[in-house]
Amino acid sequence: MELQKNTLPSKKKFKVDLINLKSQQGSLIRLLQSAQETYGYVPEPAIYNISELVGISPAEIYGVITFYSQFRLKPLGKYVIKICEGTACHVNGAVEILRTIKNELGIGIDETSDDGLFTLLSVACLGCCSLSPVIMINDKTYGKLTPEKIRSILSEYKQ
Amino acid sequence: MKKVKVGLGTCGISAGAEQIYKILKDSIQKNNIEVDLVETGCMGRCYQEVLVEVDDNNQNYLYKNVTPDKINQIIHEHLIHNKPVNQYLALDLNRQSEDQFFQKQKRIVLRNCGIIDPTSIQDYIDRDGYQALKIVLDSLTPEQVIQQIDQSGLRGRGGGGFPTGMKWSFARKAEGNKKYIICNADEGDPGAFMDRSVLEGDPHSVIEGMIIAGYAIGANLGYIYIRAEYPQAIQKLKTAIEQCHLQNYLGENILNRKFRFDLIIKEGAGAFVCGEETALISSIQGKRGVPRVRPPFPAVKGLWDCPTSINNVETFANISWIILHGAENFSQLGTAKSKGTKVFALAGKIKRSGLVEVPMGITINEIIYEVGGGIINNRQFKAVQMGGPSGGCIPASMGDLKIDYDEITSTGAIMGSGGMIVLDDSNCMVDVAKFFLSFTQKESCGKCTFCRIGTKRMLEILEKISLGQGELEHLEILEDLSYQIKKTSLCGLGQTAPNPVLTTLKYFRDEYLAHIQDHRCPARVCPALVSYQVNPELCKGCTLCVKKCPVNAIRGEKGETAYIDQDKCIKCGMCFDVCKFKAIIKN
Repeated sequence: MELQKNTLPSKKKFKVDLINLKSQQGSLIRLLQSAQETYGYVPEPAIYNISELVGISPAEIYGVITFYSQFRLKPLGKYVIKICEGTACHVNGAVEILRTIKNELGIGIDETSDDGLFTLLSVACLGCCSLSPVIMINDKTYGKLTPEKIRSILSEYKQ
Repeated sequence: MKKVKVGLGTCGISAGAEQIYKILKDSIQKNNIEVDLVETGCMGRCYQEVLVEVDDNNQNYLYKNVTPDKINQIIHEHLIHNKPVNQYLALDLNRQSEDQFFQKQKRIVLRNCGIIDPTSIQDYIDRDGYQALKIVLDSLTPEQVIQQIDQSGLRGRGGGGFPTGMKWSFARKAEGNKKYIICNADEGDPGAFMDRSVLEGDPHSVIEGMIIAGYAIGANLGYIYIRAEYPQAIQKLKTAIEQCHLQNYLGENILNRKFRFDLIIKEGAGAFVCGEETALISSIQGKRGVPRVRPPFPAVKGLWDCPTSINNVETFANISWIILHGAENFSQLGTAKSKGTKVFALAGKIKRSGLVEVPMGITINEIIYEVGGGIINNRQFKAVQMGGPSGGCIPASMGDLKIDYDEITSTGAIMGSGGMIVLDDSNCMVDVAKFFLSFTQKESCGKCTFCRIGTKRMLEILEKISLGQGELEHLEILEDLSYQIKKTSLCGLGQTAPNPVLTTLKYFRDEYLAHIQDHRCPARVCPALVSYQVNPELCKGCTLCVKKCPVNAIRGEKGETAYIDQDKCIKCGMCFDVCKFKAIIKN
């Protein structure tokens, strides 16, 4: 199968957004999203860049970053596995899927494997409940999973 | 000419619809087939995705569970040789009208979903789109619009059920030069995807509702606060807003009348509490999404301290229908205090999971057995979870309950935004309660002490119970904490967080008692109360479980029956998962 590469957009994007959005009221979250889209996470220098331009203290920005689940302060692995922990997935065996992934990759939620290949994240609901249990690896969704299926999917990515 | 529609909503894409669309596109080009290929949104029948519909001489052929192999066959036989492939059809052609999935439904909000191409404003206009806006701008005063909505009896579809007309009239009457409309599309309930499907399948219906709301309260700017986890919906909205600007439905002098209105999309950054209106406003302002004390209500002092009306996606999607068809036609549907229809995301242990829209007043049993087709594998229907983390579990014995805001509230659950998760006898109610509480505990913003710490203590108790370490007095503590959290929390999150625990304690107390007194999980879900054993008749002695056991608790040589040492076993379930012969039994 074809694996999608984690392509990062041009580094310029964040800088352009910084200039465009700095005087807009309430643009902090948008700027953090832009930094994350550009770098894959919110690097520390970006916090200081934003702080200088919009006049909000780094501490307050840090508070916003840690409040929202979307923002990350560490880079991600090559493949980002999002395991859905929605209700439909839960009642259809998401716990077993999570256990299998943990056993196979040796990482827990919010951790990245030592080889930098996989990061495991949990999400509240991917919204495709009829396919539960579901995971996403980068932009691809895998549904109706069983422990066996997930093992064979992971082995494809490991190669 | 034939028209081919592919359902490209998130469910469709997750099931592989993009690949099917590409095969169709390539094949149509290569073979010069004369068909019109378009995309459409969610048809509601998520259980049959990927869905492909062929309109052929006014006859609809809906193909279900389409795979690359099947689509090639459909292209060859139906599109090229005009012979429909009957064995792949979702509906028996002659009995189409009797299809139970649609028979009990009444589609107002979902009137265009799965029918039109959401990226085409013309498709929407062809189905009476923006007619309501014309009527409003031509012949109604803002007060008359509010009066119509008020008479229709429409109540907020986000879960609270506050009368929409009343909300608008508060915002209308509030003093201020600037006013705002906000569309709450921060659909955070796990297991709910109604708003996403509407935005993906029919974005213009929401936009039209927002413009009318803007006119009614006197606002010139609207925000759509949407989860960043819904990239498809965001894209569809962006396209729709651009189209509206080109056709003068948004911007200055809308339709050459003296009214201007514009829309801004704000992507949420992932916090469940932002579904609460004051938290949402704080988040739009770029801050932590923490709720504040009400009053003043947002209708008086909202975004940037200006009067603001916040309504849910589904509420907005109802507006143009009400204006076009009249408040009376809307209020004829439903019960005395709950009018119109409600969209539900039906999921869990149900045969036909998907998106359904039913008139208020229909019973739970009708939804589950007639619309939903009953329980998977014909197991026993145990309960239905409504309202997500703020809601509760309604037992099967109350299946005759009507869908009505007040009747559902009387059970301890809430109508909620429309998540409906069906549970069967293989689901443990303690586990379900624990699941929701761990969610609310994680999502509590931390402002109110009882919500922050109380939910944590409750979760700890539930964890003990599911480990078999519960005590009878724990049940009292749970109830006591529940009432205190409800009483002392500022916002809806805390006020409703104990509902899943309270309803399961009320209707399934025996299951709690089985965990506490007998150290038994009747549904065999709670890992600590389950033991794994080897069935010697099925074990082939392949030793896979011996190799995979992380704590070396399984002994056995090749060809011998494996044996699990119960003292060493940590009940991780690895052996159960890996065994190819189903020789591991859970007790």
